[in-house]
Amino acid sequence: MSNYAYILVMFLVTITIRVLPLTLIRCEISNRFMRSFLYYVPYVTLSVMTFPAIMDATNEPIAGALAFVAGVIAARLSANLFKTAAICCAVVLVAEMIL
Amino acid sequence: MYNEENRKAFIEGLHNGIPIGLGYLAVAFSLGIMARSVNITPIQSMLASCFCLASAGEFAGFTLIGAQASLWEMAFATFIINLRYLLMSTALSQRLDPQTSIAQRILVGYGVTDEIFGISIARKGTLNPYFSYGAMAFAIPMWTIGTGIGCFAGDIMPARIVSALSVALFGMFIAIVIPPTKGNKVMTGVVGISFAASFAMATLPFTAAISGGTRILILTVVISAIAAFLFPINKDEQQ
Repeated sequence: MSNYAYILVMFLVTITIRVLPLTLIRCEISNRFMRSFLYYVPYVTLSVMTFPAIMDATNEPIAGALAFVAGVIAARLSANLFKTAAICCAVVLVAEMIL
Repeated sequence: MYNEENRKAFIEGLHNGIPIGLGYLAVAFSLGIMARSVNITPIQSMLASCFCLASAGEFAGFTLIGAQASLWEMAFATFIINLRYLLMSTALSQRLDPQTSIAQRILVGYGVTDEIFGISIARKGTLNPYFSYGAMAFAIPMWTIGTGIGCFAGDIMPARIVSALSVALFGMFIAIVIPPTKGNKVMTGVVGISFAASFAMATLPFTAAISGGTRILILTVVISAIAAFLFPINKDEQQ
């Protein structure tokens, strides 16, 4: 089968999932449980995606773990997105040079 | 539609899109190397990245292409792995001005990636679509070009640099989830339990066999539902 057919299917399914809720659900959700659920979803998803995956992303898992700790501390100390990301990268670079 | 407010939102989105785009470049690079291994051409890999904008989804899709799976299998796997975007778009739909046009909604929807969603939803109040466009304007080309370069020119980048750049993305996630935990016990608990449960599921012998995409889906639904049930939030708290 042509790779283009596969890519077309990937595209159609992905865009449908993304666009349907934005175009069909035009009214506000009033149900308190649903509102609360949707409020928590992004934080839970991003947390779940970060750890322990950050340890698989680096050559040395321990460097990823250190970057995670450094990132949490930096974010607690009010570092913005860019600074936190840069600190994480720097920690990995230095840690993997030493290890 | 040009006005000062939209321009400011676009610039702000662009600014926020820079770390996202740089993180994408590194991740896309490794995705491109993977695409090459299953005989996808650089042009095809760039088309897939430009239109699908999905790291886990594309990885899975490329694997299925390598296995010459049926189109139905491809559709089902893509649906399951990307199901979280349904939740994200639903959350975003609550934040758009009800007057937002269909074309704008489709464009915002197309740009819903984990990261662009993260920075969009973290913004206070109504979401200006131009904020998303700003982030997309840098992040999407980076994602697309990164995949193409990875597919075309495999392993020229030093492994050390790839390793360091690949955590940029996670650093951004951390910068989104940590600030709301300050002085908020519920959010501290929710984020802490999410980290712990994710680690447990990835490590325990029985659940480790479940694919990463599915684990994210299960944990997101279960933890968010429990949190919403135990600690429902007030409407004004949400703003």
